[in-house]
Amino acid sequence: MNFFLLSAIKMAMVMGVLMLTLLYLQWAERKVVAHIQVRLGPYRVGPHGLLQPIADTLKLLLKEDLTPPGVNKGLYVFAPFLAITLSLISIVVIPFGPAIEVAGVQTWMQLTDLNVGVVFVLAISSLAVYGIVLAGWASNSKYPLLGSLRSAAQMISYELPLGLTIAAPLLMANTLSLREIVLSQSHYYWGWIPAWNVLHGPLPQVIAFVVFMIAAFAETNRIPFDLPEAETELVAGFHTEYSSMKFAGFFMAEYANMFTVCSMATVLFLGGWLPPWPAEKGSVFFPSVMFAAAGLIALRHGLYRARPRDRRSFQVIAMVSFGLAALFLIPAFAQFFSPLFWFGLKTGLLLFTFIWVRGTLPRFRYDQLMRFAWSFLFPVAAVNLMATALLVAIFG
Amino acid sequence: MADTFLDSTELVLNMGPQHPSTHGVLRVIVKLDGERVIGTECVIGYLHRGVEKIGENRTYQQFAPYVDRMDYVASVSNGLGYCLAVEKLIGVEVPPRAQAVRVILTELNRIASHLVWLGTHALDVGALTPLFYTFREREDILNIYEKYCGARLTTHAFRIGGLQYELYEGFEDEVRAVCDTILPKIDEYEQLLTGNRIWVGRLKGVGILTAEECKQYGVTGPMLRAAGVKWDLRKAQPYSGYEQYDFEIPVGQNGDTFDRYIVRLEEMRQSVRIIRQAVDRIPDGPIMGKVPKVIKPPVGEVYVSIEAPKGELGYYIVSDGSTQPYRVRVRPPSFVNLQALDKMARGALVADLVAIIGTIDIVLGEVDR
Repeated sequence: MNFFLLSAIKMAMVMGVLMLTLLYLQWAERKVVAHIQVRLGPYRVGPHGLLQPIADTLKLLLKEDLTPPGVNKGLYVFAPFLAITLSLISIVVIPFGPAIEVAGVQTWMQLTDLNVGVVFVLAISSLAVYGIVLAGWASNSKYPLLGSLRSAAQMISYELPLGLTIAAPLLMANTLSLREIVLSQSHYYWGWIPAWNVLHGPLPQVIAFVVFMIAAFAETNRIPFDLPEAETELVAGFHTEYSSMKFAGFFMAEYANMFTVCSMATVLFLGGWLPPWPAEKGSVFFPSVMFAAAGLIALRHGLYRARPRDRRSFQVIAMVSFGLAALFLIPAFAQFFSPLFWFGLKTGLLLFTFIWVRGTLPRFRYDQLMRFAWSFLFPVAAVNLMATALLVAIFG
Repeated sequence: MADTFLDSTELVLNMGPQHPSTHGVLRVIVKLDGERVIGTECVIGYLHRGVEKIGENRTYQQFAPYVDRMDYVASVSNGLGYCLAVEKLIGVEVPPRAQAVRVILTELNRIASHLVWLGTHALDVGALTPLFYTFREREDILNIYEKYCGARLTTHAFRIGGLQYELYEGFEDEVRAVCDTILPKIDEYEQLLTGNRIWVGRLKGVGILTAEECKQYGVTGPMLRAAGVKWDLRKAQPYSGYEQYDFEIPVGQNGDTFDRYIVRLEEMRQSVRIIRQAVDRIPDGPIMGKVPKVIKPPVGEVYVSIEAPKGELGYYIVSDGSTQPYRVRVRPPSFVNLQALDKMARGALVADLVAIIGTIDIVLGEVDR
């Protein structure tokens, strides 16, 4: 098939799924945080607030697009576009699944496999700081300025441990292509234990994984590192002066960044789309079991519902779950969607951690944040990298 | 300033009156060198309602509901202070039953006020969740108020000379239930915050105010006790029968934000202790002392202060012998404690400034009056 046509189809699919994921990631965040905080969260717009993201998007689209006086017009408009573009672009190299064959066309579940994929992601995420810094500077306002100064220092500091932790699995995989990194993790020890980089010899990268996740929190400006937009200190930080779709751009960029770093963690450390134990030993049935269990739980809540508004919603959720469980029993369907399921599950769990932490931890102070990066994360990551290099040189 | 970094220019930042963490309408003009605070100036008065002036134009009974609007998260304490002052002025004896109920409601109010403080303070430091937990517990206390006097926030629970309403059926059990639920919840907050290294790191050594400085500024309440001074008006000059109850005065050592946090948590536990003792032995008898229909105190003046949740709350009332006070002066703890902000904030970072505003536990209704 024509390369351009194929790419266009894949791009459209990835874009569509990604945008929907980002919208519902925001819904999931609100729901999870709400339940941590003994609230219900979005509940009014659609069953369980499922239409809330769409309503929010519509609202932001229709809001008046204010441009405060005294801003640097060009940069002010440019900054949110830069932020959103840069945060979406790294998705290009992330592999979601193995090679598949649809209607005689063989292709990979990945937009493109750059042989420098990892470096590409790092380069793009380094650029992301420009969106924030420009926004803070162009706004011609003091709170955004302070926010962008903070974020510049923070993102540059945390880039280093992030890079060092990424380097360790690279040494073990001996490649820079994200697809091949996943494939290098595809065997199992003693037939059961996956050779993911967190468990893979010569040095299991547990430390690197943890440091990567901490640095990822900082890179995406999430609690406990959300200083650039610390609401109780800097009002809204770098996007204080933004409204309407420009604000939505920053908002979406934050979620896209979260998605990217979680996908990267999945690919680099958790074996990407590979199941945690071999398919022939039953991992093919896991999706069915999981969806069936979810269906049963939903059904139970449907039978003993707590609120009148849940008259039918839980039953529908249960039916959908049972349907998915049944679909995953069909081999043709499972072969296609199992890798996506595992990739989604791992990334989803990491994203849940992001949300969970937001409901739990207070915020660092600026100097503590810097000290933490330079006197703890950086040395730990460096020692880990050196140990890995040594062990790879001896045993690899 | 000679000590600015690389001769950088100072940045003057206007925080408030519309800012998420100035607890209402406080306006702080901050002079910054980078992120370091080199000076602050508080601008207050955005919530000024002339409460003291209103007092001169109302009879003694009419003015009582107004004082609830000062510190609106601790309105019962405000009411108690005012009632005690007028009672002293006209020399009325409050029956023991009314005194016991006053103690119970006031201590419940102390817990409620500290819960609001804890939630908002944690929010300022960046922990979003405790706010919802503390407000959940506060709800139980407000429900008791609602059942007792019909109002939740500005309760006007007490009257000059005693109480207007007899206790409702099941009051004691509900108060005991609140006491039983609140203690494990306080442990829960401690689990969430005290053991958290980020939380400790944000509060330890921030906004230190020594005992000597506290005395200079007239700072009272938990802030003074966190500096190590064992001074509590409930012990020092007991009122409303506090001498009958057995409780400790928690004190800190360093006078920093962390100590204030620990002291306030411990105060909530001590309040539970007082409430449990009081509710077990509410005496029988009348709830209203012998108060004339028209209060016409003799010419004279009186100063009565109580230990409100935020510190010493004093009422200075001058009577000219008429039915209306000649002058009502309120000594609000928030207003006096807020003076220490600049002292504590100098040299701190912007993030600390927010934590320091939170730790003073101000209510702008009381600062501005």
